[in-house]
Amino acid sequence: MIEEKKLTAEDFSNNVKGRWCAGCGDFGIHSSLKKAMAEIAIPPSKTVIISGIGCSSRMAYHLNGYCFHTIHGRPIAIASGCKIANPDMNVWTICGDGDSMAIGGNHFIHALRRNVDINIVLLNNRIYGLTKGQYSPTSERGFVSKSSPYGTVEDPFRPSELIIGASGEFFARCVATDGPGSVAALIAASRHKGTAVVEVLTNCVTFNNGSFDRIYSKESREENALYLEHGKPMLFGKNKEYGIVQHGFDLKVVKVGEGGYTLKDVLVHDAHCTDRTLHTKLSSLEGPDFPLVLGVIRDVTIPTYEEEVEKQIQEVSAKKNYHNFAELIKTQTTWTIE
Amino acid sequence: MKEDIIVKQLKNIVVLFSGDSGDGMQLAGNIFSAVCAILGDDICTFPDYPAEIRAPQGTIGGVSGFKIHAGKDVMTPGDLCNVLVAMNPAALKKMKSFLAPDSIIIIDVDTFTPADLKKAEFVTDNPFEELGITNDVIAAPLSTMCLHSLAKMEDMPNKNKLKCRNIMALGLVCWMFERPLNHAKKMIQEKFASKPEIAEANIRVLQDGYNYGHNVHATVAVRYKIEPRTPQKGLYTEINGNKALAFGLMAAAEKANLELFLGSYPITPATDILHELAKHKSLGVKTVQCEDEISGCCMAIGASYAGSLAVTSTSGPGICLKSEAMNLAIMAELPLVIIDVQRGGPSTGLPTKTEQTDLLQALFGRNGESPMPVLSALTPSDCFDTAYMACKIAIEHMTPVIILSDAFVANGSSIWRIPELKDYPPITPHDVTADMAGKWAPYLRDPQTLVRYRAVPGTEGFCHVIGGLEKDSNTGKISYEPHNHEDMVEKRRTKVELIAQSLPELKVKGSPDADTLIVGWGGTYGHLLEAVTRMNEDGKKVALAHFQWINPLPKNTEEVLRSYKKIIVAELNSGQFAAYLRMKYQNLPYMYQINDIQGQPFVEDTLIEQITHIINEK
Repeated sequence: MIEEKKLTAEDFSNNVKGRWCAGCGDFGIHSSLKKAMAEIAIPPSKTVIISGIGCSSRMAYHLNGYCFHTIHGRPIAIASGCKIANPDMNVWTICGDGDSMAIGGNHFIHALRRNVDINIVLLNNRIYGLTKGQYSPTSERGFVSKSSPYGTVEDPFRPSELIIGASGEFFARCVATDGPGSVAALIAASRHKGTAVVEVLTNCVTFNNGSFDRIYSKESREENALYLEHGKPMLFGKNKEYGIVQHGFDLKVVKVGEGGYTLKDVLVHDAHCTDRTLHTKLSSLEGPDFPLVLGVIRDVTIPTYEEEVEKQIQEVSAKKNYHNFAELIKTQTTWTIE
Repeated sequence: MKEDIIVKQLKNIVVLFSGDSGDGMQLAGNIFSAVCAILGDDICTFPDYPAEIRAPQGTIGGVSGFKIHAGKDVMTPGDLCNVLVAMNPAALKKMKSFLAPDSIIIIDVDTFTPADLKKAEFVTDNPFEELGITNDVIAAPLSTMCLHSLAKMEDMPNKNKLKCRNIMALGLVCWMFERPLNHAKKMIQEKFASKPEIAEANIRVLQDGYNYGHNVHATVAVRYKIEPRTPQKGLYTEINGNKALAFGLMAAAEKANLELFLGSYPITPATDILHELAKHKSLGVKTVQCEDEISGCCMAIGASYAGSLAVTSTSGPGICLKSEAMNLAIMAELPLVIIDVQRGGPSTGLPTKTEQTDLLQALFGRNGESPMPVLSALTPSDCFDTAYMACKIAIEHMTPVIILSDAFVANGSSIWRIPELKDYPPITPHDVTADMAGKWAPYLRDPQTLVRYRAVPGTEGFCHVIGGLEKDSNTGKISYEPHNHEDMVEKRRTKVELIAQSLPELKVKGSPDADTLIVGWGGTYGHLLEAVTRMNEDGKKVALAHFQWINPLPKNTEEVLRSYKKIIVAELNSGQFAAYLRMKYQNLPYMYQINDIQGQPFVEDTLIEQITHIINEK
């Protein structure tokens, strides 16, 4: 797959400027996507980008590849069909929290259940931006918006719970303003064989400004975010002084070296563990008592849908004695009239 | 054979098997129709089954029927039957309307007990008198006969022995119509190949049913002989509409050298297309049973984008759900075949019954101006050609295409002279060529056909963006420019209209000097043609123009319509095609309508009456 000429982020740029609001997180992820695609080293002609509807889905107009800006909620179904039909393509889906969690929720969970090898980039800004400011399925209870002037009376989805609950085998989380963290998560998602979801926390400056303040700047992330790495202890804080330990049936934040806790007590991340319990727990941690978890939380390999489809075609073809239309006819009950 | 038996020689015959939905009427009917077909008859069959998997046993709601019309020039499953097999009182009651004065009724007298009569809501102990039936009845104790017949098969429970009643009845019917049993036996062997005991039991009762007729025929002294015919030479099979559609799709994929992809969600009466295609992995067919109708259409769009011959199959309610995605295929100008096997509507409606009520939905049921080619399937075996043509147009004209089939065509079967693929026109994808690189844009078109060129992902040098937003006709970039939008609307419409250039002209059948033209479309072809043929035989001058293509209409449509004094549009809806023709052509000759919306195919006798009435009275 690797081309002789090394690819650069420029190869994935189509020189059409992004039309998002100044300061929108989508600019950041646009840049990270191009860098990640260059690193993945699959050429633009074999890169398919399928997006839905919403601010985030406009991404399809700003990338060089085979880009298809589709309809609201359906990009995952379209991407699935594309990948099943031609498994040689590297297929990306760009969607928002409306596309994936609301109108297209059904396609989202079933793609994960099937495990089609597509990379879903879920840009979560907890708001409907393109329709100018209504609450979304990821908005917090009580959220005041144009469609909820007195606050919402419903609880949000945590995308991670939905993903892991729908037997998703890859989940990573990053922040739009964190270039290196985003690039790493996107590369890992692309290299994972199977449905991979990267939840990108992206701030809507116009309709939901400040939603991710706790982790949006580099400094705040040092304090409030835990970057997971497979095989590494779960340490965070400015000087990595805090760690996550098991506490009965729960997790707990401790200061290493205090209260009798040493580095040995700190949990070591295992992204490849098939059991889903701790991955679910880790991805649902949030403030003020816990850090927000970033990086690759779950990365488990199982057979992909399209591989199984191809395998079945091979197996059935080897067993059956008909492989074209004329041979198919011979398997039917026929009679000849002379 | 005794000498006092009357042998009626008929051009064609109609047999109706009916019983409880668990009584195996479809199997008995299928075997009988195949036997007739193998003996050289034209056949047309129609199953009529309840929407419930198992409605309460013995009730009218649970009656399942299978009608077979066999003989010469058979185009429909026929109206009234020569022989009605009624396995219980409920079947007798439900199928009474298909009896002619000289029809013969075969009943399983063992199931006409007071309890059975009560379940079928009879109030007296004489169902025949109660229904006013005076026909000849063969009251055969089919249940008892099964138990006797299989008495030696000691290991088989009586319950299973009684399940052979349908084949016992089939044996008797085969005797009545002088059908030798060898083909039926072979079919039973094949059907129960993995259960030899059941095969043996069924073959035994088949023979005993036949012998019963032979031995006790004096009770009803009629036997039928079907006039022999000389069919066209060739290789034949029996096929229903859904299977013929599936075969047509596979043939088209092979001819176009593309992989076939089906995205679908189960829905009556279209599901058998998914069942059929799912079997043929050895032809490289990919089928995905999707999470919903929308996904079925979207997955197919994704597969089409990736270069496959992509299809989505459904019925009316599914079309409602798919319509937004269908519009994406229109906007992105991607090939896609959408199959709508129409059923009774609206909403869940009559899931297992037939109607032609999705016509206007297929033509206009989407937001914006969204022209889409629409063609209809005329008969079960015609579904093959319909599917093939739909694929050819979709691929070569870069457009979604809707096939309108219906429950009658889908489930009915007819004999099919199997064609050779070399006799079918080529299918050539409208793809970019290497020399276009650098000069190409997604919406640049062939100036003659207005078809854009497809660049499939993986093709070097043709990276691009397409999508649902309006695009500039030259650059392919997003454009909200008013004149560009108007231009693109116009181009999308003209592109579809231009398809008419490559379609066959409308051919009129029937009297060449008729004043009255019957107009129909889709699955009513057989009924309308038989009605017109019978009227012509009676010296009445009428002609038939039957439409396969709805959008675009054949080039000579207006000319044909204007050459008649009276036009009668007959369809299984309230007048959708008539409305469409009025919209298309101003000041046509006065258009009369015949409309049936009972979830059933036309009844020929009624059609002839209605046509005659319009000719004479109006």
